[in-house]
Amino acid sequence: MIASGGEAVLFWVLAPLMVLAALSLLFARKAVHAAIAVMFVMVDLAILYIAQEAPFLGVVQVVVYTGAVMMLFLFVLMLVGVDASDSLVETIRGQRWIGVLLGLGLAAVLVGVVSQATFPPAVGLALANEATNPVALARVLFADYVFAMEVVGILLITAAVSALVLTHRRRLTPKVGQRERADAKVAELPSGGRLTPLAAPGVYAQNNAMDTPALDPQGRPIEESVSRILRIRGQERSAGTILEAERDVLVEHEPLRALPALRAQDANERTVQAATSEHPEGEAPAGEVSGPDDPGRSRVPGVPGGED
Amino acid sequence: MELTHYVVLAAILFSIGAATVLLRRNAIIVFMGVELMLNATNLAFVTFARMHGDVTGQVLAFFVMVVAAAEVVVGLAIIVSIFRTRRSASVDDVNLLKS
Repeated sequence: MIASGGEAVLFWVLAPLMVLAALSLLFARKAVHAAIAVMFVMVDLAILYIAQEAPFLGVVQVVVYTGAVMMLFLFVLMLVGVDASDSLVETIRGQRWIGVLLGLGLAAVLVGVVSQATFPPAVGLALANEATNPVALARVLFADYVFAMEVVGILLITAAVSALVLTHRRRLTPKVGQRERADAKVAELPSGGRLTPLAAPGVYAQNNAMDTPALDPQGRPIEESVSRILRIRGQERSAGTILEAERDVLVEHEPLRALPALRAQDANERTVQAATSEHPEGEAPAGEVSGPDDPGRSRVPGVPGGED
Repeated sequence: MELTHYVVLAAILFSIGAATVLLRRNAIIVFMGVELMLNATNLAFVTFARMHGDVTGQVLAFFVMVVAAAEVVVGLAIIVSIFRTRRSASVDDVNLLKS
């Protein structure tokens, strides 16, 4: 059967993309990238199912594979963490070339067999899907495959229980409570332990990202304030460059505040003098009366202006 | 475009999944290769169902999906428990039975 033109376009757009995404499973360095690529392949497969008159399976594919299975993969990737890099060093000699050879051979054999085989003229599912596709599926599933379905149900329950059993940890040591934790922290003090929580990463005027260390009272960066993962990856930024950049911006926009401490003190004294010299000039009783009384203040704009 | 093209695509995806299982050593990526192989067989099932005008192929693909879900649950639980004891997700580090 020759598929319709629209379906052909869909296929020729999706198929190369799917093969490319599947190849990233072989070449991606990080497992997360591979997982995202596999998710892409699975969504494309759902589209192809719907194009091939199997809308129920298309929906199930999205719900089960992209919704449940790949999310489970992502959760396990998060559990296993960033240390799960797989090295590219061969442990079995020649394994890589044998693997590539076997993969290519399998592809050649499968594609050869498929393209050599003669298939009967395609029928299409218009007749079978007469009472909608889910109904047709249900008739077959609950008539010919009832027993298999029951067995699969038992399998699912067994799998759920087995996952619980496998990931369950029996408590081998006494439970560690708040008191035990505090005692352990105090006991670790002589060997370089600390009682307080770690400092939070630095917050500056221009930058409050978590990759910049905080400063201690002496102005030295605190290394432990940056997340351990970022330090291992070498993605930590030094506080010095940010502080310098901030000083430059300050000099440019507010030179007064950037001047040395002496000038700042001078300015302070001047404002204090101004305030004290202004005080006898302004009428104190008038200010007291007009302060809380808003309408009076708006009627006589000169008095509050002098006060301020 | 013939329906056989779908089967060829399924064969290519299946071989990529098999090559992943052979070549990669991160257990999670190996597992995703197995998933890709199962998905490729599903595509072949759906295509053959359409070719023969019989939804039994789709029912079988449905069964494959259910069994794959159960398999993923158990497999990932095994990976997590291995990671807990050996601090590694590499398939090369699971060599306790090797004397």
